[in-house]
Amino acid sequence: MGRDTSNVSLARRAYAIRRNALLMGEVQGQGYIGQALGAADVLAVSYFHALNYRADDPKWEGRDRFLLSIGHYAIALYAAMIEAGILPDAEIETYGMDDSRMPMSGMAAYTPGMEITGGSLGHGLGIAVGMALGLKRKNNPAFVYNMMSDGELGEGSTWEAVMSGVQWKLDNLIAIVDFNDQQADGKTTDALAQVPEAGRWEGFGWFAQEIDGNDMDVLVAAFDAARAHPDPVPRVIICQTKMCKGVPFLEDREITHFVRVEPDEWARALTILDEDRPDE
Amino acid sequence: MNDASLSRRKSKYTPRTVPVSEDGSKLTTSAMIASLDAEGRETVAAPFGHALVDLAKTRDDIVGLTADLSKYTDLHVFAKAYPDRFYQMGMAEQVMISAAAGLAREGFTPFATTYAVFASRRAYDFICMAIAEENLPVKIVCALPGLTTGYGPSHQATDDIAIMRAMPNLTVLDPCDATEIDQVTRAIADHPGPVYMRLLRGNVPDVLGEYGYKFKLGKAQMIRDGRDVLFVSSGFMTMRVLDAAKRLQADGVDCAVLHVPTIKPLDLETIAAEAAKGGRLVVTAENHSITGGLGEAVAAALMRAGVHVPFRQIALPDAFLDAGALPTLHDQYGISVDAVTASVKAWL
Repeated sequence: MGRDTSNVSLARRAYAIRRNALLMGEVQGQGYIGQALGAADVLAVSYFHALNYRADDPKWEGRDRFLLSIGHYAIALYAAMIEAGILPDAEIETYGMDDSRMPMSGMAAYTPGMEITGGSLGHGLGIAVGMALGLKRKNNPAFVYNMMSDGELGEGSTWEAVMSGVQWKLDNLIAIVDFNDQQADGKTTDALAQVPEAGRWEGFGWFAQEIDGNDMDVLVAAFDAARAHPDPVPRVIICQTKMCKGVPFLEDREITHFVRVEPDEWARALTILDEDRPDE
Repeated sequence: MNDASLSRRKSKYTPRTVPVSEDGSKLTTSAMIASLDAEGRETVAAPFGHALVDLAKTRDDIVGLTADLSKYTDLHVFAKAYPDRFYQMGMAEQVMISAAAGLAREGFTPFATTYAVFASRRAYDFICMAIAEENLPVKIVCALPGLTTGYGPSHQATDDIAIMRAMPNLTVLDPCDATEIDQVTRAIADHPGPVYMRLLRGNVPDVLGEYGYKFKLGKAQMIRDGRDVLFVSSGFMTMRVLDAAKRLQADGVDCAVLHVPTIKPLDLETIAAEAAKGGRLVVTAENHSITGGLGEAVAAALMRAGVHVPFRQIALPDAFLDAGALPTLHDQYGISVDAVTASVKAWL
């Protein structure tokens, strides 16, 4: 299908991604729903504005590669791929079940459209470097997007890949950092991430943008700028996002890396989301 | 620092005269690969590098990566022949392995080289999750396996087989000599999955040619037969036990040598069948810690197969080893021809 040419608004796509994620969270009674809600706008712009792909042919050679380094965000990517038609709606109810194609941590062998096995953090960007090198060897003009978290900024391997991307002039490599300032034990900025973060990447030679990752117009402009940037350097979009975005009573919870949702709250969250459903 | 910690490494230290070799020259730490072999034996220069160059002539998918060790893994031969297919990844083993995985995902067959210690210890998680879990055709080729340098534990990969053998999907190889390295390089390029290969580099002895040996992936092969002892060996220890077998022959001890270059998947069938023939002392011989390597793999295989035979292991101790000259260290740790011969005599 190529880049999305429908008239459905990106806001409506993001709403659908959030809704799919909440439905999957309800199936398991748990999940990294905070991350999925926070990253829904980034994924909407990725899958319905930026990426070139064919929903019925996830291995199409001409596709842009979208790597999910953060395996625990799988719920978010499944939600986006369901909305994109890569995965069927009917599989929402299998999320995390035995024999499901949608396990709770993202793995390439399980899921159409899942390019790599994430989860051991700090892996995605290095694999993306290799795929970007491979695409150049094949004169394939596709981009490699690596979606990673701010927590992964603490992994040394991330910075090996940051240096390598510059060394090999990988202008077909776009890193997306979901910067929600949360990792397992607290704030990433109390650990090894920093605000502003862009300066470190610029110091290594990347074209860096640090933006509001929940503002659709800003996201669209940033993805366009990342693709169009003329210099032979890799590109990073640092997306400041809010955990649980779109469901205010969850946004307000203090510990949100693995947000606790009571059984009756899933329906409540869906109701709140639906009240603000954007037009197509 | 107390006396105990000072003496931990050199527990039996006594001042000694400078060791000398038979021709009167000093034995130095840098007497490395050449000293693996018996004097006068033929060697072949950079068999891995030349085999890879030869393969690359007809295989456009082959690319080479290294983490600042091309000259020390013989990959420089490939880099010179195919500069546009060579990736110098810098002193960054994690991204080298990850990038190799990415290149494999895009349809290439990457050969990634470093030292065995750095691949098995530093890059383990990346080999495991980016390559092995995905069953990608990345070939990890590593110099300085086991005790092949006198630089001390930072460079002595005495634990690499134990580490790599536990990784699902990974084929683990420990070739013996130049002939076999050439054949293994070609075989693993055709193998669809990930491979960890121990590499002897530089001027590598050529031993197996005279036995008409040809490497087969996954197969243990009898190099010579014998009635009294069955050596089960891998890597350069096969040349050591072949030499020891000749000496023992002179003393009337008839030794068979079963060479096992494929550590994983282990050729259980051949090993169990040979051991079950009976009447022989089974002696495993490996350039690796006594923990988790070929010896323990063979012992477990024999137990599982119900083959109960006298069994001994020639292997490095479960310890951080000394620095020094290799011939000295090989004698000290029991893997020289002299030491192997003496051990077997004592066991019979």
